[in-house]
Amino acid sequence: MTDKPKVAFYWCASCGGCEEAVVDLAEKVLDVTAAVDIVFWPVALDFKRKDVEAMADGSLAAAFINGAVRSTEQEEMVHMLRRKAQVVVAFGSCSHLGGIPGLANLADREAVLATAYRDSPSLVNPEGTMPQTSWAENGHRVGLPGLYDTVRTLDQVIDVDYYLPGCAPTPALIANAVMALLSGQLPARGSVLAPDIALCDECPRQKTKPEKLALSAFKRPSEVVLNEEECLLAQGVLCVGPATRAGCEALCPKGNMPCTGCFGATSRVRDQGAKAMSGIASTIGSNDAAEIERILAAIPDPIGTFYRYSLPASLLRRRRLGAPAGHEA
Amino acid sequence: MPETTTKPAAAPAEGRFEPRIVAFFCNWCTYLAADLAGTTRLKYAPNVRVVRVMCSGRIDPQFVLEAFAQGADGVLIGGCHPGDCHYESGNYKTLRRYPILKRMLAELGIEEERFRLEWISASEAEPLRVVVNDMVEKIRALGPLDLRVPAERIAHEVEEVAVP
Repeated sequence: MTDKPKVAFYWCASCGGCEEAVVDLAEKVLDVTAAVDIVFWPVALDFKRKDVEAMADGSLAAAFINGAVRSTEQEEMVHMLRRKAQVVVAFGSCSHLGGIPGLANLADREAVLATAYRDSPSLVNPEGTMPQTSWAENGHRVGLPGLYDTVRTLDQVIDVDYYLPGCAPTPALIANAVMALLSGQLPARGSVLAPDIALCDECPRQKTKPEKLALSAFKRPSEVVLNEEECLLAQGVLCVGPATRAGCEALCPKGNMPCTGCFGATSRVRDQGAKAMSGIASTIGSNDAAEIERILAAIPDPIGTFYRYSLPASLLRRRRLGAPAGHEA
Repeated sequence: MPETTTKPAAAPAEGRFEPRIVAFFCNWCTYLAADLAGTTRLKYAPNVRVVRVMCSGRIDPQFVLEAFAQGADGVLIGGCHPGDCHYESGNYKTLRRYPILKRMLAELGIEEERFRLEWISASEAEPLRVVVNDMVEKIRALGPLDLRVPAERIAHEVEEVAVP
């Protein structure tokens, strides 16, 4: 048992969906556990941080880390796992690009805490208790992790060897990645372990995508009865598939929902949100400024739409700290 | 195309903030207007760094973000008037992207005065001068755009982080 390669799974700022994705390997998980020893996996196994700390540096074959990094604890843990692991895989959108938690980069620490602990309508906090990083009680001082203003991708904190994209990565991609690691047949360091082509290329609706799109309105999926075979953009539904990497086998479009971009962009694109916006806005079928404004008004939250998973990885990374209020759209 | 040689203008007043503006001008209209401004010796603020592109439609929104990310205080796009595009429809693509990019920049805390689209034809050297001077003054009033994301430290725990 001890000569099997050791791997660790860890989660940072994430929802648990990536852990679920590992469980979704179903019986294939038995192949994985037959081939490796999982020595650390907080969601499922009772190993502690000190157990990993006691291991020699470089003694883990791989660490799969999901979630964005936004607290001191997460930062410490990923530095520690980087030292222990030969290969670090950023697992899932949050770790790869910042993910949904990355949209907190539109706010700052103070605003995030105020909403979560003070202003949320469903909240009961009569004493106005706010999280503290240090607290003394009966002569004992306890410390708790602190939250940062800025959510970061994993590779903004430590060196990352591979990226498994997706919210969450699909079982097929996970199995491929694990098998590639075990066989030693790895692509170039820094690769995203999914095809480097746009999602449209593997979408079954591609054949109905018109040569020239001319959108006259953006509709939400709930506002329209969708044809199950026709290109979603051609039906006026904002699908960011053209600016998104393939590899999920078009799960959402097959389920009659538009792509929201969780795999990030291909290697030719630096900023997924800008590129998605550019491609989609350019297809508006009007040359009249006022009409264009009217059509674009149906996209009330462009950052949340085009940067849904990638704001921390974008060129600007976050809303400017200290920006005056009142400039919101 | 004659190269513009810019002698450093009169030294800026001590301590005065000089905005840096990246200007993307289309080859067929606004760049020629800037050229005309030069040959007719029109003076305007020396704060713009002009990047010539073949068409305003070539200006990927990534260029605008990259300019801001690398320290521009403002970005100006100049293209042919609607209907005048050398490639028929390039400037309409710009027209469609501009309003939503402007909203996105606002959400990211970048004031609207810092990002501007102007249609300036090859003969409109004077409008170009007015636009550049106006933009420089507005951005000067706003002050520098500091987009740096500071490294964050939260005191008591950070000592324990041993960086490899």
